[in-house]
Amino acid sequence: MIQVLAFYLFAALTIASAVLVISARNPVHSVLWLIVAFFNAAGLMVLAGAEFIAMLLVIVYVGAVAVLFLFVVMMLDIDFSELRAGFVRNFPLGLLIALVLLAELVFGIGAYQAGRIELATGTADQVTAMADSNIAAIGQVLYGQYLFLFESAGIILLVAMIGAIVLTHRDRKDTRPQNIGKQIRRRPGEATRNVKPEIGQGVQL
Amino acid sequence: MIGLEHYLVVGTVLFVLGVLGIFLNRKNVIVILMSIELILLAVNINLVAFSSALGDLTGQIFAMFVLTVAAGEAAIGLAILVIYFRGRGTIAVDSVDRLKG
Repeated sequence: MIQVLAFYLFAALTIASAVLVISARNPVHSVLWLIVAFFNAAGLMVLAGAEFIAMLLVIVYVGAVAVLFLFVVMMLDIDFSELRAGFVRNFPLGLLIALVLLAELVFGIGAYQAGRIELATGTADQVTAMADSNIAAIGQVLYGQYLFLFESAGIILLVAMIGAIVLTHRDRKDTRPQNIGKQIRRRPGEATRNVKPEIGQGVQL
Repeated sequence: MIGLEHYLVVGTVLFVLGVLGIFLNRKNVIVILMSIELILLAVNINLVAFSSALGDLTGQIFAMFVLTVAAGEAAIGLAILVIYFRGRGTIAVDSVDRLKG
């Protein structure tokens, strides 16, 4: 019973905050609603028994991606009311396309429930049994069967990181960065000199 | 009782909302990127639901990979957004016509 209540709570909050993401006037509010949506989706995943993905969703999305969005939204100084000018004009077209997609997906789910089409009589091989701990079972599969995919995921992240840095990096001429080689090459003889000033004369620099 | 269909319905609605968001906010790239994140979240919910229903962990592994790609896409997308804003002073999608496409 509690699972049913929790499911409907999480599902309703996820969908409601998704609606607010796409309809909020201020993009900062959109990002905050996106965070709420991700939290509730993580709740849905915990209910389905996928604790690891749920935690990953909270850490990666809420901790990294949403904060990245928030930074960019706040960094760019944009008149957002102007950007929403086409909202009303695009509404009928968008709604039409959304309804067509929804109808297609409902048909798809209905057809799925009516029973699958027998394309082949093979059985699914390598069905991994759910172990007692979700994380341990995922670790077994991830570092065994999917090791290469896991490493290529790491390469994708590396490329994304390098790409983001290369894209946004710019050489600024008005800063004076530290030149370590020049600092090390500097010798006492060329930087200092001994003078013996006369009393009362001061030093000529 | 909560079955696979309930999860599929939630995923479906999230997916459709993401697509609707892309069409509603056609000028604002940031909201378009967030709509793409919603679509990928719907995909993840579907993958996890099927993984749980079939007792096969492959769905959860793929949800992880989708998460990876989504993070990379957000980073690259926002970097492009920042350099675009630096050059143009606006992020309206309509004015992205430098390639004359």
